[in-house]
Amino acid sequence: MLINDLFQETSSALLANKARSGLTILGIVIGIGSVIAMISVGQGAQSSIQSNIEALGSNLIMVMPGAQRSFGTQVQMQRGSAQTLTLEDAEAIAAEVDTVKAVAPQTSGRYQVTAKGTNTNTSVTGITPSYLEVRNLEIDSGSFISEQNVSKTAKVAVIGPTVSEDLFGEGADPVGQTIRINKINFKVIGVTKSKGGSGMTNQDDIILIPVSTAQQFLTGNKYVSTIYVSAIDQDSMTEAQNDITSLLLSRHNVSVADFSIMNQSDIIASASSITNTLTILLGAIAGISLVVGGIGIMNMMLTTVTERTREIGLRKAIGAKKKDISSQFLVEAVMLTFIGGIVGIVLGWVLAWGVSYFGSITTKVSITSILLAVGVSAAIGIIFGYYPARKASKLNPIEALRYE
Amino acid sequence: MIECRNITKIYKSEAGETIALRGVSFKIKDGEFVAIIGPSGSGKSTLMHILGALDTPTSGQYLLNNQDVAKFSDDELADIRKNQIGFVFQSFNLLPRTTVLRNVMLPLVYANVTKEERELRAKTALTNAGFDQSHFYHLSNQLSGGQMQRVAIARALVNNPTLILADEPTGNLDSKTGDIVLETFQKLNEQGRTIILITHEKYIAEHAKRVIEIKDGEIVEDRPAQSSTAARRIKE
Repeated sequence: MLINDLFQETSSALLANKARSGLTILGIVIGIGSVIAMISVGQGAQSSIQSNIEALGSNLIMVMPGAQRSFGTQVQMQRGSAQTLTLEDAEAIAAEVDTVKAVAPQTSGRYQVTAKGTNTNTSVTGITPSYLEVRNLEIDSGSFISEQNVSKTAKVAVIGPTVSEDLFGEGADPVGQTIRINKINFKVIGVTKSKGGSGMTNQDDIILIPVSTAQQFLTGNKYVSTIYVSAIDQDSMTEAQNDITSLLLSRHNVSVADFSIMNQSDIIASASSITNTLTILLGAIAGISLVVGGIGIMNMMLTTVTERTREIGLRKAIGAKKKDISSQFLVEAVMLTFIGGIVGIVLGWVLAWGVSYFGSITTKVSITSILLAVGVSAAIGIIFGYYPARKASKLNPIEALRYE
Repeated sequence: MIECRNITKIYKSEAGETIALRGVSFKIKDGEFVAIIGPSGSGKSTLMHILGALDTPTSGQYLLNNQDVAKFSDDELADIRKNQIGFVFQSFNLLPRTTVLRNVMLPLVYANVTKEERELRAKTALTNAGFDQSHFYHLSNQLSGGQMQRVAIARALVNNPTLILADEPTGNLDSKTGDIVLETFQKLNEQGRTIILITHEKYIAEHAKRVIEIKDGEIVEDRPAQSSTAARRIKE
């Protein structure tokens, strides 16, 4: 049997029962479509988290209080319960480690912030001027917190564009205005440039104040929650990390670290492992509908084989071999899933686009997921088409011809 | 040349053994027109299945062009059916919603014949089966019974078989169209085709040149057919 004939037989068989073929294909379309859409949501989350972490700064090392925990559980960016790091630690790092370009200690917490009757709850971070360099931040208007501000524990604040919008409305210039953080008046001296990001890691939804001011008026202690360190280049990251560790160990006079140190790629790796799990989970849920679609294929093919028993008998009587019969039915099943796969990819793409358009979640349809979908749909055709095709090929021609 | 040597067929089931054929032997030369006649349950269908390479005997030899088909595997039997045998069934067994031409070309699809040659051979076969050229592209389910059976005959002819096996070919037709179909077979036989006609009706059998009668799995009579006029008299 030539390939051409096989396709002609298949298409005429599928067209003979348009409604049934269509519904069976629909099952696969929904399966493939949802797999693509779900995976795109997962991969979108992954890439947006990754870009958020990268936006933190370049060659970034983070030192946090609390004992080192195993990787994968270490994505806690808030102040730990332990308080072991001080401003002096940060100064020592800056002074004694050669591979360090800048050090930015900070202490942060969430506070209720008010201004002229409007209010918001946001993250308030106590920082030093080097924060600007370490975190790749830029000032949109006004000025940044200076050394003088820090030494004088000045009640000044630099706010992110989201906070500015929340408190003063769109387009207003907040520089020179007063805001109240935890019932204490602060003067706004600058606004940062938008950095993007959303949700918990929104870097526009911040208020920056001098670290000394934060310690004195907000936290009431001498500790910092994180020390951000930027290394001079990518290659010196490991060396810097080791030097900081030994320096802090000797300063704290302990043998087991009472702080944890990690770099950006560690965070990206652990965040990726979470989003990967999310992607797999979403894909697996959508995969269930794909399996159901596959069962639909098998159901249809079994019905078809029963309906066409006499035809199979005739084909065998005029010389069709087992292989001819089984390939005919197998190609029918694969054709169904293949058409379903193609339409499903389009549907998945549209769904992914719709989710990011209306749901403001980043989605990303990758070539891999499309190839995977095509492969899986073909495999489903073969797996679920194999049993009916084998059943057809095994029919006894004499009994098949007699079948009523 | 067809030769059956002491063919036995026993069906085994839970209820016990059923002997369908008990030592059937006969020869059919090329160009013969033989009717195998017998009441239902006589074993004629079993014999037809063996002759048509759809089934193999329990014991005995079936020589088709000097090949002993009795021991062939399923796929080898399929090759025999493809190249040497043409079937005509009582219920036509045409593919529905498919054109006449495509139905006739179907056996050639499995024989890997090129598209152009298929069409040529199918048209020749249809003409030989007395099918009207203007209906070549009609769908099979738009045809009358007589037309359908001619399409089926053309399909049986298209691969130039050694043997045409017709199983009650007039069973679903009225007597007038039945006669036309039988005449078609006679014409094909005059052209040199070997034809075996399986039937339970004496009148139909007498259209052949030789009649083999089977009863309880054994040949009870093997004689030349009466003339067509004599056959007509039986009918009346």
